[in-house]
Amino acid sequence: MNDNSPASGSLTTQKPHLGVREHEGAKQPLTEKVSVKDVCFFYGESKALKNITLPIYERKVTALIGPSGCGKSTLLRIFNRMYDLYPKQRAEGEILFDGGNVLDPKQDLNLLRARIGMVFQKPTPFPMSIYDNIAFGIRLYERLPKSEMDDRVESALKRAALWDEVKGKLGTSGLGLSGGQQQRLCIARTIAVRPEVVLLDEPTSALDPIATAKVEELIYQLKNDYTIVIVTHNMQQAARVADYTAFMYLGELIEFGETRQVFTKPTKSRTEDYITGRFG
Amino acid sequence: MNAAIYNRRRAVNGVIMVLAWFAAASGIFVLALILGTLLYKGLGGVSWAVFSQNTPPPGSAGGLLNAIYGSVMMTLIGTALGTPIGILAGTYMAEYGRGNKLTMVVRFINDILLSAPSIVIGLFVYEMLVVTMGHFSAWAGGVALGLLVLPVVVRTTEDMLLLVPDSMREASSALGSPRWVVIMQVAYRAARAGMLTGVLLAIARITGETAPLLFTALNNQFMSTNMNAPMANLPVVIFQFALSPYADWQKLAWTGALLITVTVLILNVGARALSTRTSKS
Repeated sequence: MNDNSPASGSLTTQKPHLGVREHEGAKQPLTEKVSVKDVCFFYGESKALKNITLPIYERKVTALIGPSGCGKSTLLRIFNRMYDLYPKQRAEGEILFDGGNVLDPKQDLNLLRARIGMVFQKPTPFPMSIYDNIAFGIRLYERLPKSEMDDRVESALKRAALWDEVKGKLGTSGLGLSGGQQQRLCIARTIAVRPEVVLLDEPTSALDPIATAKVEELIYQLKNDYTIVIVTHNMQQAARVADYTAFMYLGELIEFGETRQVFTKPTKSRTEDYITGRFG
Repeated sequence: MNAAIYNRRRAVNGVIMVLAWFAAASGIFVLALILGTLLYKGLGGVSWAVFSQNTPPPGSAGGLLNAIYGSVMMTLIGTALGTPIGILAGTYMAEYGRGNKLTMVVRFINDILLSAPSIVIGLFVYEMLVVTMGHFSAWAGGVALGLLVLPVVVRTTEDMLLLVPDSMREASSALGSPRWVVIMQVAYRAARAGMLTGVLLAIARITGETAPLLFTALNNQFMSTNMNAPMANLPVVIFQFALSPYADWQKLAWTGALLITVTVLILNVGARALSTRTSKS
């Protein structure tokens, strides 16, 4: 299939990076930032996730891939207990994060979500100025003097590669930006809070190719400081940005491994069928 | 192509168009007639005296100052009572109790209250406040108007908050905001113009209400700022003066009617301007 050539092409160009990463890995042994242990998830009576066990390594990008309805977004929304906003959704099992269990009913959800940030599929700027969009999250947990807040807003926008486009109009509404700019604003807003883990739920599916490239470049930069989990429909994207890839199918984790291994030497035939485009 | 079918469709279209034009024209014609009559009969009476002098005894000159003052005061009380309770109730229904039993019941009762005849509200407040206090009062009038404001604000607040996409609430929660911050700083902000429109429409509704005030604030021939006593107000003054046999009273009634209509018109146009501005952004 022609579809696969860009994927393998970008894989080969990424190989030197992989080598560097392994080298870094040798210096700094992998630590599990988050450990998913035997997690099941229910929408009412129906079981959407079946006994998922998965490590999320610190300062690495982990991609969750699989066909629509396989449960990848559901799994992502468990990490920050997003499902708690809705009745009749519940999770079982353990998600260990810094020694505590995320699924513990006594877990402080607001604090958890400040430490595990999330960016959504559709850009969701708040109906306020660009500046306030960024400052909103910071103000929740920190009281900063104006000059320090200005610095934080500026550095978040710079990290999200948006600063040059908006520096002259910080006071204007965030709703006036283009779709790609709005999404980078949402990423800036998330990292401004200084979370430890960033969850990305198909962050580029509503963006054009140029905006997508910018966001992918950004993800690549961000993993120096953050642990990133990304859900994506786009396998080339997973191959380009992720260090580790988890393939899910019908609520089960089929295969997890280094991205290069999953894409070039999958151990399960279902993974191979999916990544070669035979279904999905 | 079958020419007969096509021609038939054209003919039906023509008939319906004529009917629609007629319906629209008759609606506008009646409205224009009312506004025209009001302007013709009322505009002549508009003078500085209307705003500077109190309602006169029959046969002497005067204005509507005490009635305007009373209407403004009781409208303010009604809005001040109905708006916060309405916003809180609407917020509960859209944000906390979405789809639960209490919300269904409150919504049902609120719809009844919304279409309840205002004279029933007036009688209710008469029994509850006027009878127990032993006299008519501006407070009772304000409470009656508040009961009319309440269902309008509950309804618009709930509707407007339900229009705010859940993705906005999720995004705010995902930053670690507690629920009240999500509602106060994100949902209210997104629904602000619509909620304000609801309050303006509620005020427009109560400015012309006569029946609830007839049973509560009654009327006052003199200027009174005592909220605990009967107070003059435009609708009841219009009612009383229009039915009187005195020509100068009747003239003041027309002027008062014009004042109320213009106020309602301004409030409605303002509400419309607000809601179209938000739907564009």
